[in-house]
Amino acid sequence: MNKEPIKFRKERLDRGIKARCEDIFALSSYREILYLLLPRVLPVALLLVFPLFKDIVGLYWEKVLVITCAIALLSLSWDWLASVGLISLGQALFFGVGAYVTGSLNYAFKWPPLITIPLGTLGGALICTLLLLPVLRLRGVYFAIVTLTLPLLLMRFIETTKILGGTEGLSALTPLPSLWVELYVPVFTLLICLFGFRRLINEDYGLVLQGIRDNDRAVMSGAINIYWFKTQAVFLAALVGSFPGAFMTHYYQFVGMPAFALDYSILPLTAAVLGGVGTFAGPTLGAFILVPLSEVLRAFGTLRVVFYSAILIICVVGLPEGVFHYIRRKYHQFERMVEVG
Amino acid sequence: MLLSILIYGLINSIILALTAIGFSLTFGISGVANFAYGGFYILSGFLVWMLLNYLRFPLLLAIALTIGVVGLLGFITYWIILLRVRGIALSEVIATFALGVGILELFRYLGFVTYEFTLPYLKKGMILIAGVPVDYQRLYIIGIGLALVLFLYFFTHHTRIGLSFRGIAQNERTAISLGIRSDWTAALSLAFGCAMGALAAIVILPLGIISINTGYEVLLIAVAVGIVGGLESVSGILIASLILGYTQVFTGTYLKPEWMMVVYLAAIVIVLTIKPSGLFGKFKELEERV
Amino acid sequence: MSETILKVEGLNKNFGGVAAIVDVSFEVKKGELLGIIGPNGSGKTTLVNLLTGFVKPDSGRVFYRGVDITGKKPYKIAEMGIARTFQMVKPFYQLSAFKNLIIPLYSSRVRRLRGGMYGDRDDVAIDLLEDVGFERDSFVPYKVASSLPHGYLKRLELARCLALRPELLILDELFSGMSMSEVASTLPIIERLNGEGLTILMVEHRLKELFRIAHRVIALNFGSKIADSPPGEIMENEAVKAAYLGSEEEGEDA
Ligand SMILES: Nc1ncnc2c1ncn2[C@@H]1O[C@H](COP(=O)(O)OP(=O)(O)OP(=O)(O)O)[C@@H](O)[C@H]1O
Ligand SMILES: [Mg+2]
Repeated sequence: MNKEPIKFRKERLDRGIKARCEDIFALSSYREILYLLLPRVLPVALLLVFPLFKDIVGLYWEKVLVITCAIALLSLSWDWLASVGLISLGQALFFGVGAYVTGSLNYAFKWPPLITIPLGTLGGALICTLLLLPVLRLRGVYFAIVTLTLPLLLMRFIETTKILGGTEGLSALTPLPSLWVELYVPVFTLLICLFGFRRLINEDYGLVLQGIRDNDRAVMSGAINIYWFKTQAVFLAALVGSFPGAFMTHYYQFVGMPAFALDYSILPLTAAVLGGVGTFAGPTLGAFILVPLSEVLRAFGTLRVVFYSAILIICVVGLPEGVFHYIRRKYHQFERMVEVG
Repeated sequence: MLLSILIYGLINSIILALTAIGFSLTFGISGVANFAYGGFYILSGFLVWMLLNYLRFPLLLAIALTIGVVGLLGFITYWIILLRVRGIALSEVIATFALGVGILELFRYLGFVTYEFTLPYLKKGMILIAGVPVDYQRLYIIGIGLALVLFLYFFTHHTRIGLSFRGIAQNERTAISLGIRSDWTAALSLAFGCAMGALAAIVILPLGIISINTGYEVLLIAVAVGIVGGLESVSGILIASLILGYTQVFTGTYLKPEWMMVVYLAAIVIVLTIKPSGLFGKFKELEERV
Repeated sequence: MSETILKVEGLNKNFGGVAAIVDVSFEVKKGELLGIIGPNGSGKTTLVNLLTGFVKPDSGRVFYRGVDITGKKPYKIAEMGIARTFQMVKPFYQLSAFKNLIIPLYSSRVRRLRGGMYGDRDDVAIDLLEDVGFERDSFVPYKVASSLPHGYLKRLELARCLALRPELLILDELFSGMSMSEVASTLPIIERLNGEGLTILMVEHRLKELFRIAHRVIALNFGSKIADSPPGEIMENEAVKAAYLGSEEEGEDA
């Protein structure tokens, strides 16, 4: 027998500060406070000051920020649905319906964005919820199938019936009042939704939703009307998903069939899976990695979609944890090698 | 006029059924919703085209080879991708969806988007059926569609592997305890589903050009037929194809052809509202064992 | 005894040719502890599912306190005060034990019964866990459900039902998979609940334990009711003996 080589095993240690109890932290020094606050404050601060440097980074990248926020909102909405156990393959549905409602309100009545964007968000969310309502009674992949189908069908519907501008779309819509609105509204909305969702999912209400994902029967036998809860969850997701549609409509001053484009389905999905499902911060992070990256890769055209697909498959099959979990683990733990045996 | 609606309605219905059957076969047996179906469908079309035009294969050989290769790809897809995420609906759905989109968009990137990509008819020419001109290709479609349904019926009811398919479909755990290997069966179900998609593609695609968007459309058709008929039921697929097929031909004749797609939307919305599990699907939601 | 709380009339259920429940009728009085026994596959779980709305009967009616609840949705039936455990435990694996209870505590039924905002319910949940035998001052109630042993999960099921403050409690093989000592410690809990006036319907394979606490026992075989008598006499019944012939329970109690 040859000699057994010395084996090493990776050992992970929690940094002492992370208190055992979920939400009470015993803090003793500013360094510990910093340790806990930094990961939250730093990204928020960066996000908030980024628009201020528009002269340095250039308008192009500020526009990328707007698109990134839109995709991040869509992937937040995706993650919210996933935390109820609903898999959406068509975030473009929310985006497109929100966009079209906003666009047609503005086109028909010439209402200002201040009115059309909230109304479009709300109306879009209502329409999407109504469309998806019947599927909520079914389990399994039906939700995925229907969300995949609806944006494609609605696109064809508009194309053939020639309503809402048909293939041309509605153009010359009212622009947003100023550059600051264009930049800060998406940023603030994103932050509100991100922290709102993170909070809500840990409240009792969020626990019920997670329960529906894990075992809907047990929730039902707990005297809870799961269909009503799912409906609320879908409505909330639709709100968060319709807002970027509504906003981008005025941002582009145009709404057309591209609002239902596959990009708005697959980008948020990829962002969420890449970032880490179920954390809300993960999908946001994912969007902030993917969207700028795909701007860089703009020259590759549709190859980018192939690239998203590859990321999706690799992440789903090989790295289900996601980037965010990984970073969080690295931040909170030491790793060292220890000898085994 | 009526006669032509009757005949073309039937042809159209069989096209729909052919398109959908591979998707629902896989779903019925292993519960995997193969969202890569449209991707494999178009892949088959281009594969035949490439074999014919680059390698100058004879048509029949190209067809046989393509069906085999695509079936094999389905099989490999299961072992490489799906096996690791089996049972996690989220991952299964995302993985197959991504695969399908990846295949389609790769072809788009490679420039397979012009009008030169057409497949040849199996046999040129046409005949008159009761005064209605029908070309041979469409007759082949009818023949192959019917043959496939009969074959499926025989296969699932009378062969060992078919019976084990049905065993898995009915109760995975019992089937395993009876010595049916569920992974193999699921992989085969994927292979068969993809091979059927390939067959459908090869007989249907010559009617038009091979375009990337057809891939998404095919998935749409498969899903629409599945939703209307009930995803797991073969008779549901047939009836749904007839309903959708004839409605399409009616709208195509009396309205405008573009309105056909609207039929799908309407059918899906109506069926979902009235009977969300499909006309023939069992409303299994609560009836599962608890 | 007093008023009838549950009345079952001519219940039938077929699963594609398999007659799971055949013409079953019985009544349960308030405060009663009714046992339901039967060999494997005799339809006990199906009966529970029929009573709680998880399966719709082909024919027959179920009345709860005089109200027809046949075919009502499970959450409506639970809302009316019928709680059930599942034979196959499936807790919310990713949540800690006490958070598992937040879900029923969040239902409108319980919110109506007792107030409380986010956080207040945690104490109620811990109290409930203590009731079913979780060690209060240990870390067990805070562990995620996926890391708890099976016996604890079974008791978590029970606590989940009690969270609803039910008036009728249906236990589907609560004791299966529990160790002897766990059974011994759970039995008094059920007796106590029953003593406090809770009506209990108990499906059970552990006949000895069941017979100790049940007031009355119904036996099922191939979906039909074959006996309905006090626990002392049920095993004398020829039909029940025949049904259990060869199974280990028979040997144990004969
Ligand atoms: N959802 C279902 N679909 C088809 N058949 C079912 C279903 N649920 C139960 N059955 C059948 O009904 C019969 C009764 O099953 P049930 O689970 O009620 O028995 P049980 O008395 O609870 O058995 P056990 O002691 O093993 O728990 C069995 O033959 C079973 O196979
Ligand atoms: Mg049972």
